[in-house]
Parts: sequence; structure tokens; C-alpha cells
Amino acid sequence: MKPVQLHAPSRTFHHGNLRGYVIGFIACIVLTLASFGAVTTGLLPRGTVMGVLVLLCVVQLLVQLVFFLHLGSAPDQRSNTGIFVCTALLIAIIVAGSLWVTHNANANMMPTTMSVQRALSKS
Amino acid sequence: MSQAALSVVAHGGHSDDSGPRTTLGFWIYLMSDCLIFCVLFATFGVLMDATAGGPSGSRLFELPFVLGETALLLVSSFTFGLAMLDMQAGRQGRLVAWLAVTLLLGAGFIVMEIHEFANLIHEGAGPGTSAFLSAYFVLVGTHGLHVTCGLLWIGLMIHQVTRFGLDRITRRRLACLSLFWHFLDLVWICVFTFVYLRGFA
Repeated sequence: MKPVQLHAPSRTFHHGNLRGYVIGFIACIVLTLASFGAVTTGLLPRGTVMGVLVLLCVVQLLVQLVFFLHLGSAPDQRSNTGIFVCTALLIAIIVAGSLWVTHNANANMMPTTMSVQRALSKS
Repeated sequence: MSQAALSVVAHGGHSDDSGPRTTLGFWIYLMSDCLIFCVLFATFGVLMDATAGGPSGSRLFELPFVLGETALLLVSSFTFGLAMLDMQAGRQGRLVAWLAVTLLLGAGFIVMEIHEFANLIHEGAGPGTSAFLSAYFVLVGTHGLHVTCGLLWIGLMIHQVTRFGLDRITRRRLACLSLFWHFLDLVWICVFTFVYLRGFA
């Protein structure tokens, strides 16, 4: 059997370049400070803060996935990206579904101060 | 005959392709880990307002302190990236140095987290106080446990690289560790946003 080349540089692992890491790092710092500022400075109207936080979080996740984890459509990354998209779908279903179902269950729960007879007569 | 040797034969003895397949397998493990965190986040989201008359997040958490933790983890992710670049270029000395810096930053994060947990428990806001705090301790504690495992792994890799050099096996292990470490930073961004900042939004 052919001896395994221990010192052959592997073509298949791509760990990006310095420029990619620096861009990702600076973007992450900016995004983290932006979400921190959105909460602490109080410049934004109260109703919009949560939306802005979610947006900044998603953007930072994408930045890290692309610049640090090197996820993309390159041939050697395609299966990783595909598996990740499937997982993201599962996550969305589990998180959104749990919050939705329990919120509904909570909203429709009989108040503890109400008797069973009154609750039945109301429905 | 081992699995790797079989695959070499199957590919006409051309080359061992276990590296990419190992990282793919590790990636699948990471995605399953992602689902664990996803369930913990869902639990936290459901129980967030269930403070049972106890303190809520905005009374307990100190955001500047948490920002410090976030900064440590983010910088450690960057230094790990630099370590991987040195691995690619075969600069073993600098690789070990960056790994050591990453190890120190990660250890700093864990120390801050333990300090935070100890403070909360000291203030009477332990995991038994309310459903909100139970969910908080489980979610953030699970992440902390992962970081601790990552630190052990980094220490192990520093030892392996200095002992065995940068061969195919240590490169493959470092590639997996790199995925693991960056993944933990991803999870922390979600913790920072949905656990800490959300309490104040």
C-alpha cells in the first residue's frame, strides 16, 4: 500500500485568508456594539428595539458563518451548507412552534380564580 | 483492515480522503449540538417571563460585564482563525502561540461566567428561584460547559502539535476544533441577544 503522505498540504481544507478574518472580526465588533447601543442608549423607539436586535443578531450569525466557518456555495462546502440549511429550518420550526403553541395554551388557560362551572358556562 | 485503509483501496490507492469526510461528520455532530441549544433557547423563550415573583433579567444582569464576556469570546474566535492561517502556512511556532492566546481568552470567559453565576446565586437568584432562572442557568451553563470542553481540547492540541508536529492527523483535528470553537461563538451571539439584551429591550 502506498504510504500516506503526512506532510502533504491538504487541498481540501480551506481556512480563508487574513483579509477575510479581519473583515469578519471588524464587522462582528461593529454589530455587537450596535446591538449593545440599541439597548443601552435608548435612542430607538421602544417597540422597534427587539426587531433591530433580531436583525443585528441574524446579520452577525451570517457574517461569522461566511467569514469564520467559511460556509458558502464552493463545491467542497456545498454539503456543509446544505446540512446547515436543513438544521436552520428545524431550528425555526422548533423555536417558533414552541413559542406559538405555549403562548396559545397560556392565553387559553382557565384563570385559576375561575370555577370550573363558570368556565364551562362561558364557552 | 481499518476503514481508512479500505477507503484508500476503494479509491484505487490514490489518496486518503478521510480528512474532508471527518470534518463533514463533525459538522453533522455540530448541527445536532445546535438542536440541543435550539431546544434550550425555545425553553428559555417560553419560561422567560415566568419569574414567580423573583427578580427579572433587567434587575439581575449587568450589560457592560456581559459585553466584556462577549468581547473575550469574539477575540478568541479571531485568534483561532489566525492560528488556522498559521497551520495552513505550516508555521508551527506561531500556531501554538495563537492557540495559547485563544486558550487564555477562553479561560478568561469561563472565569467571568463563573463569577457571574456565583454572584447571582449569592444574591439569592439561583436556579431554584424561578422557572426563568432555571432556564437561564441551564442554557448559559450548557454553553459554558461546551467552552470548557473546547478549552481542554485546545490544551490537548497544543500538546499534540508540539509533540507530533503538523501532520495530517493533527491538521484534521485542528480543523474540527476550529469548527467547534467558531460554533460556540455563534451560540454566544444568540445568548447575548436573546437572553441578556432582550431583558432590557
